[in-house]
Amino acid sequence: MSDLKISVCHLYPDLMNLYGDRGNIIAFTRRCQWHGIETKIQSVTLNQVVDFAEFDFIFMGGGQDREQQAICYDFQQVKGTSLAEAVEAGVALLGICGAYQLLGRYYKTGEGEELPGLQILDVWTEAGDRRMIGNIVEESDLFPGRAKTLVGFENHSGRTFLGPKVRPLGRVLVGYGNNGEDGTEGAAYRHAIGTYLHGSALPKNPWLTDLLIAWSLERRYGAVTLSELDDEIEERAHQAAQRRAQETWGKIKAGVK
Amino acid sequence: MDLQGLVAIWVGKVTILASRLLGKGGSTFPGRVARRIDPDLLRKLAHLPKQGNVMVSGTNGKTTTARMISSILEAAGLKVVHNRAGANLLVGITAAFLAKASWWGSLEADLGLVEVDEATVPAAARELAPRLAVVTNFFRDQLDRYGELEHTFSFIREGLELLPAEGNAILNADDPLVASLVEFSPAQVTFYGLEDASLASQEEETRDVRFCRHCGERLDYGQTYYAHLGWYRCPGCGFRRPDLDYAVRQTIRGSRGSRLEILTPRGELEAEISVPGVYNIYNALAAVATTMSLGISREVVAKGLQAFVTSFGRMEHLLIRNREVFLALVKNPTGFNAVIKTLLEGEERKNVLIAINDKYADGTDISWLWDVDFERLATAEERVNFILTSGIRAEDMAVRLKYAGFPVEKLAMQNDLGSALEEGLTRAGEGGTLYILPTYTALLEIREVINKLGYGRRFWQE
Repeated sequence: MSDLKISVCHLYPDLMNLYGDRGNIIAFTRRCQWHGIETKIQSVTLNQVVDFAEFDFIFMGGGQDREQQAICYDFQQVKGTSLAEAVEAGVALLGICGAYQLLGRYYKTGEGEELPGLQILDVWTEAGDRRMIGNIVEESDLFPGRAKTLVGFENHSGRTFLGPKVRPLGRVLVGYGNNGEDGTEGAAYRHAIGTYLHGSALPKNPWLTDLLIAWSLERRYGAVTLSELDDEIEERAHQAAQRRAQETWGKIKAGVK
Repeated sequence: MDLQGLVAIWVGKVTILASRLLGKGGSTFPGRVARRIDPDLLRKLAHLPKQGNVMVSGTNGKTTTARMISSILEAAGLKVVHNRAGANLLVGITAAFLAKASWWGSLEADLGLVEVDEATVPAAARELAPRLAVVTNFFRDQLDRYGELEHTFSFIREGLELLPAEGNAILNADDPLVASLVEFSPAQVTFYGLEDASLASQEEETRDVRFCRHCGERLDYGQTYYAHLGWYRCPGCGFRRPDLDYAVRQTIRGSRGSRLEILTPRGELEAEISVPGVYNIYNALAAVATTMSLGISREVVAKGLQAFVTSFGRMEHLLIRNREVFLALVKNPTGFNAVIKTLLEGEERKNVLIAINDKYADGTDISWLWDVDFERLATAEERVNFILTSGIRAEDMAVRLKYAGFPVEKLAMQNDLGSALEEGLTRAGEGGTLYILPTYTALLEIREVINKLGYGRRFWQE
C-alpha cells in the first residue's frame, strides 16, 4: 500500500468546535498516518464556495444554537447542493450532534416552527424538554463481519427520528440515543454518518475511524485493506468507557448525581 | 519624610531598578539595603497608608488569604500596598512599601496589606502598628524553624498584644490554639469558622493540637474539617469552640470551586470562589471577615472574592520521601494548557502523573481533553521521562496522549490513585521531581492519600 492520499474537509472548525470534537480530526489523521496514508486537511467556513466532491472525507462537529443558525443559512444558500451531491457520489462524511441535526430534513422548534435542514439524511429532529446527557454504548452492524460496540458521550435535547432511507448507526445498549424512545442512535446513509456521540467519537472507537478511512479511499482506490494497528490502549479505553456507562447509567436511573 | 529616610528610599529604589536590570526579582534585597541606611524606614512608610495596615499571619493560607483580601479591597476601589510575592520577613515587607513609595517619600495608598511570617509578627507589629490582624491557623510543619507550637503561639500573641483597643483581631475559631489568643487581644475579637456538616472530614485526622491550652486536659473533638480544625471542647475547664461571628453555613462544591453561604453580623452573604479545597474555604472566610470588619459592604466583598483567581499554573509544592512533588489542578483546556506550559519550563526531565476523574464535580463529559494542547507535550517528549495516567478515565487520557504523538513506551496506566502515586514516586527516584495533574475529585483523593502518608498539612503551604 503506497501513495494513498485522503483529502479532508473540516467544515466550520471555527464555529462547530464544541465538546472536543476536533479529537475526531486528530484521530482520523493519526490513524491515516499509521496506516501509511497521506492526509491533507482543508478548513472550510462561512461563505466559502467549494466543490465537496473534490474531498474524500468531510467532518463537521457540534455547535451551539447561535452558531448553528448562521451555519444553517450558509448551508442552504452556499454549500447545500454541492454537499448533497458529494454524499450521493460516495464521499465519506461524519457529522456530530448539531451537524447531524442540520443534515436532516428539518428541525422542529418548541413553538412548532420547522427549520429546514439539508435533507441529506432522511431524519428529522424535534425540540425536546429534557436534556439527554450521559455516557452511551451502542451496538452497530455497519461493520463487515460482525457487530461492534461504539462508545461516547451524548448531550442533546433534540429528539431525532429516522426515515426509511437511513439505517441507524447503532442500537443503544446503555444511554438515550436518537430520541430516548426507539433504541436507535445516529444514522447512516451511503458513506455518511450522523451521530450524537461526543467523547470524542473516533479515538475510542478505532474501528469506526478505520471504516471511515476505508470509505474515504474507496472512491479513488477501490476496496483497500488497511494494515493492522496495535490498538491495545484504544480498546482498553473503549472497555473502560463501557464499564463507566453502565455505572453512571445506573446512577442516572436512580436519580443520583 | 526626613533626609535619612529619603536617602534610604532613593538607594532602595535604585537597587530595585538595578535588580530588575539584572533580571532578579528584587523582592527582598532592596529592602535590606534601604533598612541598612535607615532602620526606621518601614515605620516611617507604614504610617502613610490613609487607613492603616492589615497584618495576616498563621502557619498556612497566608498568601492566598492576603490575595483574596487584596482582590476585595481592589473591588472596593482602594489602593493597596501588598507584599504579594509572599516575601514576608521585614526586608520583604520593606521592599514592598519601597516599590510603591515615590522618590519624594510619599505613598499613594489607602491601606497596607502585609503577610507576615510568624516569627516576624512581633517586630512587624511594632513597625507597622496594624489596626487589624488575621490569624489563620497553627500547624506543626515548621517545627525545625520555631521549635514548638507554643513558641509560634507566643510570637503571634505578642503581635496581638500590640493591637490598639479600637482595632480588630480576626481569629479562626475552629483552631483551638488560635481561639486561645482571644484573652491576649486588647482589640475587638471576631471569630470565623465553618458550620457546614457536609464539609466534615470522614477521615481520622492528625491533630496537632490535642490538649487544652488553659488546663492541659485532652480536648474532645467533634466534627472536624481539616486536621485539628473544627468543633472541640475541653472536659476540664469548659473551654470550647467560640460562637462564630462569620460562619460558612452551606457549601456547594463544584468543578470550578465552591459556592458559599456565609452568615455575617450584617446578614447573609453568598460568595463564589474559583479555587477548590476546604482550606480555601477557610481562606475565603478569613478574607470576608477581614474586609467586612474594615467596613466593606457585602456586595463588594462577594464581587471581589469572585474576581479572585489563582494564577494559572500556580502549583502546590510538597516534599514526599525526598521527592519534590508539584500538584496542579486541571479542569479545563485553558487551565491545562497553562499547566503544560509551566511544566515544560526548566531544563530537567519531567516525571508526570495525570489523574482524570469524571464524577459530577469534575464534569462527567471528558471530551474536553481533546481540546487540550497535549501535542505541545508530545513535541517536547525528549524532556519527559514518563507520563502515568490515573483516575477513573486513565485510559482516555492515555489514548489522548497516544494520539497527540506522545511515545507509547513512555506511557503507563494505573486507575488506582494510591498505586499511581506510589509508582510515580518510585519512578521519579530519590531526589527526583513528580508533577501531579489531577481533576477536582482526583485532587481530593490524592490529598487524602498524601494525608495518610503524613504529608497532608504541607498542602496549605504557599
